[in-house]
Amino acid sequence: MSMKVGTRQVDGVTIVDASGRITLGEGSVVLRDTVRDLLSKGSKKIVLNLAEVNYIDSSGIGELVSAYTTTKNQGGELKLLNLTKKVNDLLQITKLYTVFDVKDDEASAVKSFK
Amino acid sequence: MAMTEQRVSYTLDSSLETIDRAEENATRIATELGFADDEIMQISMAVREGAVNAVLHGNAYAPDKKVTIAFEKTGGDLIITIRDQGPGMDLSKIPNPLAPENLLKTSGRGIFLMRSFMDTVEIRPSQTGTELKLIKHVHGPTAGGKEASQ
Repeated sequence: MSMKVGTRQVDGVTIVDASGRITLGEGSVVLRDTVRDLLSKGSKKIVLNLAEVNYIDSSGIGELVSAYTTTKNQGGELKLLNLTKKVNDLLQITKLYTVFDVKDDEASAVKSFK
Repeated sequence: MAMTEQRVSYTLDSSLETIDRAEENATRIATELGFADDEIMQISMAVREGAVNAVLHGNAYAPDKKVTIAFEKTGGDLIITIRDQGPGMDLSKIPNPLAPENLLKTSGRGIFLMRSFMDTVEIRPSQTGTELKLIKHVHGPTAGGKEASQ
């Protein structure tokens, strides 16, 4: 099961709804291309909704970090929304939970950019 | 294919498909052996990370190099051995991914994850490349059902 993404706008914030697996290969590439495309179009407030992401490996974790730093380096901000338990646990043990701004509901995620 | 015997082994190409197949086999075998759901996920992810290392960092996708993956149940342990035909790795040069200066690196977490999820992780040079051994203790339901997630 590969990764799928859809994007939508909410109050000037781009929500990226991701589903499937973020792993070495296609899943990581899809995430990378999506974030770079958004940044190139000037979208600098990005929320990655990972509610439907059921699996992520170390390459996928690396892509999340890359998305975060790429966005930040371009003057933007990227936040994570609705982590599944598996993804949450992975971010905890890798200490990345302290790096990312992780939100539990979309409204507060959108509001947090203002 | 079923692990009715005590050992199954696969020799696979250095491809992304090998990584997915290794993970699928790990999930199936861990399920057959009665591991808890959390442990199955841990074993599957550790095997995936080991296969990634073998295919990507060891064999570098070389079409003439193979990856061998063996699953073995001995006593109270599930032992998974992954061998590649690459140049080997210097463990002393693998940085700690939890160090503040490394937190934002985009790679270097595979071995750390394997060590987090398995009871024992051994990495050593083999005759043809690198040999990775992953060991998880089997906790049967009659052993109190204690999970080994930590």
